[in-house]
Amino acid sequence: MTQELLQYLFSGITNGAIYAVIAVGFSMLYSSTELINFAHGEFVMLGAMGLVTLWAGFGLPLPLAFVLTVIGVAGVGFLFERTAIRTVRKPDHIVLIIITVGASIFLRGMGMLIWGKDAHSVPAFSDHPPIDLAGAKLLSQSIWIVFIALFCALMLHLFFRKTLTGKAMEATAINKKAAWLTGIPSEKMIHLAFFFSTGMGAVAGIIIAPITMCSYDMGTMLGLKGFCAAMLGGLGSLWGSILGGLLLGIMESFGVGLFSSSLKDAIAFLLLLLILYVRPGGIIMAKDVKRF
Amino acid sequence: MTQDRIIYGIFFLVVTAIGLAVKNFFYLQLLTIIGINTLLALGLNMLMGYAGQISLGHAAFYGIGAYTTAIFTVNYNINPWIALPCAIFLAVLVALIVGLPTLKLTGYYLGMGTLGFGMIVHIVFREWSSLTGGASGFMGIPPLEIGPISFFPARNYFYLVWFTVLVSFVFCKRLIKSRMGRALRAIHDSENAAKAVGINTRNMKLEIFVFSAALSALSGFFYAHMVSFISPESFSFLVSVKIVTMVVIGGMASIWGSLLGASLLTMLPEWLHSFSDFEMVVYGLILMLVMIITPQGLTRGILDIYERSRTTKNKQ
Repeated sequence: MTQELLQYLFSGITNGAIYAVIAVGFSMLYSSTELINFAHGEFVMLGAMGLVTLWAGFGLPLPLAFVLTVIGVAGVGFLFERTAIRTVRKPDHIVLIIITVGASIFLRGMGMLIWGKDAHSVPAFSDHPPIDLAGAKLLSQSIWIVFIALFCALMLHLFFRKTLTGKAMEATAINKKAAWLTGIPSEKMIHLAFFFSTGMGAVAGIIIAPITMCSYDMGTMLGLKGFCAAMLGGLGSLWGSILGGLLLGIMESFGVGLFSSSLKDAIAFLLLLLILYVRPGGIIMAKDVKRF
Repeated sequence: MTQDRIIYGIFFLVVTAIGLAVKNFFYLQLLTIIGINTLLALGLNMLMGYAGQISLGHAAFYGIGAYTTAIFTVNYNINPWIALPCAIFLAVLVALIVGLPTLKLTGYYLGMGTLGFGMIVHIVFREWSSLTGGASGFMGIPPLEIGPISFFPARNYFYLVWFTVLVSFVFCKRLIKSRMGRALRAIHDSENAAKAVGINTRNMKLEIFVFSAALSALSGFFYAHMVSFISPESFSFLVSVKIVTMVVIGGMASIWGSLLGASLLTMLPEWLHSFSDFEMVVYGLILMLVMIITPQGLTRGILDIYERSRTTKNKQ
């Protein structure tokens, strides 16, 4: 029994780390632009597919393929902001929701045109055999995933705390106009937020690629789950999103293991409703929440 | 008022004429689907356009309507016309239970709450296979009939749906002009101001949410009896988004906008079939472009262009 529980915990943390990375992307964008990007899941898909092409297809060395994919996808995110978000004349939240949904359909369609309708797969980052821990198996890819997720979180944390650009970004997130008055180029900071957010999406796609089938429609559900994770932890907070992601992954894995696999997708949304009703700011209260 | 009556009269005549003129079974069915989607868009427009409350989970009520009538008529052999009030009652009940806590949220948070609700209902349709048939769907839903009149021929069904649309239009138009309609618009503009002048905003929002759920359940009922086969994919998140898109593209707070939006978004995939693999790309592009160019929706956008051209003419 304990070894089963341990196994659930391992797979929960693995999935949780991926949700966490997606949630961080959501959170970053929300805190600096108050925008929920419904196309975020599609950037995860682009990340996974980019790796399929560059690493498995062109045979580039893994680190190079990794970096190129992240930069490429972030570039697409940058273009997306330039062409579809910036040009909106009336940035109402309903209008922005539909534009990002339109973008997600567009990107999914492009994914289908470029990579076809079939699923692709890539090998794990390193071919170590699974580690045996008290009877439970720990895949080497799981270690990579958790390590990369934590590394990204730490880098972002240092970036926001220690660098001037990071602080300027945070200032823009708190109040765009006030930041602009103190001489911060707030428009550039928003570009940067899009760049980072979609880049994080790509990272999530890259690390999940070896443990799932990659196809053009993989992004939607991942995006929504990442969103639930961000809400759970606290939209707009970095460590809140990480916490939310891990918590969601672990709850999901235990829910599936102990009750029924039909629960898998429902858990995320039940948690989402619960947190919205009980504590809409998330576990870590991030910003003032519009609720009376 | 008289102007409205003339418009309803024209609408009635146009529907009758189309019903008589169109012989092709496929086109009649497509037109009927437009009618069903118009009912859906109308329901959501009352909530989104007039009261300003977004819902990203309306396909749930659509599905509740369809699945209730399917289960009642097939599993329990109940007459569809008795199943209809049951379906609407169930949707209303769910809307009350869900709406009470959810409608306290605003903005994106309301969108997310309704999204979560819609996903959960979709998962219930998919996973409760002993009742709903699961992912493979529910078959053999009987066609509608009243005494000797069968609605199985596509033309009769077309009339049934479109006259229901007409009645709903009249009803919604009256509702908007009533005290409640004014209160809803006040909530749309500023919830706090509405409260300050003595509007019970909580009840008002709940009532319109329930009304909109009931209209969605009605469209679900028509959909189920028309296609006789339903599956969870017809009530997924993407369908919820499609309903929102119909409302926004047609024009928020415009009853005729719902008709325009529903017609366009039902026809669009048919037109895009010729693009085959490019279908999704073109669909996404159109959505984005319409929102970027006319964020107020097409009805408003076209009116604006018309008015602008008239004022420039007057100046000359």
